[in-house]
Amino acid sequence: MTEKKKRKISLSIPAEEIMRPGNLACQGCGASLAMRYALKALGRNVIFDIPACCWSVIDGPFPYSSIGVPLLHMAFETAASTASGIRAATKVLGKEDTTVVAWAGDGGTFDIGFQALSGAAERNEDIIYVCYDNEAYMNTGIQRSGATPYGAWTTTTPVKHYKKLPKKDIIEIMAAHRIPYVANVNIAYPEDFIRKFKKAASIKGTKFIHVFSPCPPGWKMKPDDTIKVAKLAVQTRVFPLIEIEHGIKYTLNVKVNKPKPVFEYLKLQGRFKHLTEKEVQRIQEDVDAYWDYIMKKVEFSKEYAG
Amino acid sequence: MKKVLMGNHAISYGATLSRVQVIAAYPITPQTQVVELLSEIVANGELDAEFIKVESEHSAMAACIGASAAGARAFTATSSQGLLLMHEVLHWASRARLPIVMANINRAISPGWTIWTDQNDSLSQRDTGWMQIYTADNQEVLDSIIIGYKVAEKVSIPLMIVLDAFVLSHTYEPVDVPDQEKIDKFLPPYKPKIKLDPEDPHAFGGLTAPNIYMEFQYNHQQAMMEAKKIINEVGKEYGDITGRYYQNLSPYKVDDAEYVVITTGTISKTTNIVVDKLRDSGVKIGNLRIRTLRPFPSEEIYEQLKGKKKVFVIDRNISFGNTGIFFQEVKASLYNTDIRVPIFGFVTGLGGRDVTPELIEEIVNIGIKNEKPEEEVIWMGVKK
Amino acid sequence: MFKPGKKIEFKSAKEIPLTPMSLGDMTHNYTGSWRNLRPEIDYDRCIDCMICWKFCPEPAIFIENDRPKIDYYFCKGCGICVQECPVKCIAFEEEGK
Repeated sequence: MTEKKKRKISLSIPAEEIMRPGNLACQGCGASLAMRYALKALGRNVIFDIPACCWSVIDGPFPYSSIGVPLLHMAFETAASTASGIRAATKVLGKEDTTVVAWAGDGGTFDIGFQALSGAAERNEDIIYVCYDNEAYMNTGIQRSGATPYGAWTTTTPVKHYKKLPKKDIIEIMAAHRIPYVANVNIAYPEDFIRKFKKAASIKGTKFIHVFSPCPPGWKMKPDDTIKVAKLAVQTRVFPLIEIEHGIKYTLNVKVNKPKPVFEYLKLQGRFKHLTEKEVQRIQEDVDAYWDYIMKKVEFSKEYAG
Repeated sequence: MKKVLMGNHAISYGATLSRVQVIAAYPITPQTQVVELLSEIVANGELDAEFIKVESEHSAMAACIGASAAGARAFTATSSQGLLLMHEVLHWASRARLPIVMANINRAISPGWTIWTDQNDSLSQRDTGWMQIYTADNQEVLDSIIIGYKVAEKVSIPLMIVLDAFVLSHTYEPVDVPDQEKIDKFLPPYKPKIKLDPEDPHAFGGLTAPNIYMEFQYNHQQAMMEAKKIINEVGKEYGDITGRYYQNLSPYKVDDAEYVVITTGTISKTTNIVVDKLRDSGVKIGNLRIRTLRPFPSEEIYEQLKGKKKVFVIDRNISFGNTGIFFQEVKASLYNTDIRVPIFGFVTGLGGRDVTPELIEEIVNIGIKNEKPEEEVIWMGVKK
Repeated sequence: MFKPGKKIEFKSAKEIPLTPMSLGDMTHNYTGSWRNLRPEIDYDRCIDCMICWKFCPEPAIFIENDRPKIDYYFCKGCGICVQECPVKCIAFEEEGK
């Protein structure tokens, strides 16, 4: 493409690529895209810690790393506690302008790392805690986690015993810690994603960001459907994109006035293939109820916390 | 300056004099005074440090790892169940080659609930790749923290200072608290060899395949073996400025002894009294206190035990299904040498039971009287 | 565009760093070999919206002279660009054809 420039394009997200290709993410990995966006938002003056999760592998084996910023690999349950230590060191060494990020999967956040996360949030540690949620233990081969949604197949919730328990409402749990900033983002909405990461970096105290992160092998879907499925999660109201400030001020970031049926979202994923019409209906009702609940909080925020 | 300090406060002063920069700790009896005093010292601005009041010991060590990897001198203290909870990340700290120093107050393990001393907590961490130093008085506790940082930072291996619950932790003794200036000269600010640095970004601890994992373990071991020498060198250097010399071994009247008692921790202080008494009645006996469990000073132990008639090892711990742990260590280290004398293994003092001079005298008498140990483990002071 | 990097190898324990730490990135890793299908941009129809660039997880699409360009050394062939292109100007071709 050496022809003369015809037009000047304008990009809706930062052009600089900090993350490097050649990494070990699967085809169409949502977590890979999430990291790429996060680094675009946060820049290079940042330190990451990553507990056991897909990203422990994606980054590359010794002596390589794909993220282009300092990174400490750590034990499964330590994302938040390690980040607390890194933050304390940067403070005492006069590097407070460095952003400290704990980057964990759903297992490391909802389950094994939850105690450390809750502790760090209660201490209001000045860190960004990111949970990229692919809704099961994908790195170990698709076992159910506290983030696996109702109705999903995993290798430990086989079709005959698919998960019949709801997913933990992690952002509500984190909001209940009354930390300054809780948000969720979705890889199909990069502008909203990057805006929220930049906002998080500008706030002192604990920031929690929940990333909707499809996993083609784990969700039994086609890798080229990653963005489509992620978008449908928002358009069907399965994953309302919101921000919660100080635990009480709720803002809806993407309006969904004409929601698509949840079935549109479920049908692209083999992990829901076994569900009967009745079960799909039940999930639809749950989604509707949750949306109403969140909208009430958004309305309340306008009245009382605005 | 002389102060009358409980062992726990000796730890706090040791950490303060070492100018630790990040402290992350969780309370557990009998460690609480360590963190209480440090909280005060930090709050008063007497120490420029960040104190993270974490929600568990596991998080305490994880935070120390984060802090150390980001270039700060990190410290924590714990005991017993707390140390056991840390186990996973103790391995992580040492394999990440981070020079963290911690104090562990030896408390027995539950159930039944106990807060009193024995060594099974720290000995359960023997193979975590940390250096371990067992102390015998509060002065040594304070000094060992300072020396510990210098050693740890030289060899890039974390170091654990161990002391007996209550017998030291809550007992007041006169302690010389050295001048800060003197210590600053001895222990300059921490210069990390590796560091999380946005200006020179590296990832640490990533996936390490079979083709190279073993080489890291080999280097860790080499550094540990080097540490045997470094501990003695730094201990001498510290002695030259304070008059208090610390080495891997602390022998008492061993030179001309025919019989040697091997001890650790405060039992060794009681043993010295027994040695003096028995010497008065003509028994040629000495006491060899082992300070350093890891790295294990095998060569020095050999030198000390060469030409002796019998060796009596007193363990305040038990490896169920085998023997006391120091007994195993001593025996194993001598196997490929020409020392072929009876070595007796005594287990006593578990869960804080008193180890009295009378009991130690009885141990010595059993050793002298019997040609060989009749049992692999000789339990002392137990109601069988 | 990222230049393919070099592999780093060690002959002995003396050469390795203190702890497993990164000394380079993964650009030596030819992830293009994972691909069965090859996305091809029809530049006559491409409107330079950069949606393909935006959604590439690797990143294996870069911008050259204001146009998106696929880096086949790294493209794993996931097909997100094919699926998300609003004017359907990216087509999957079988590799080796």
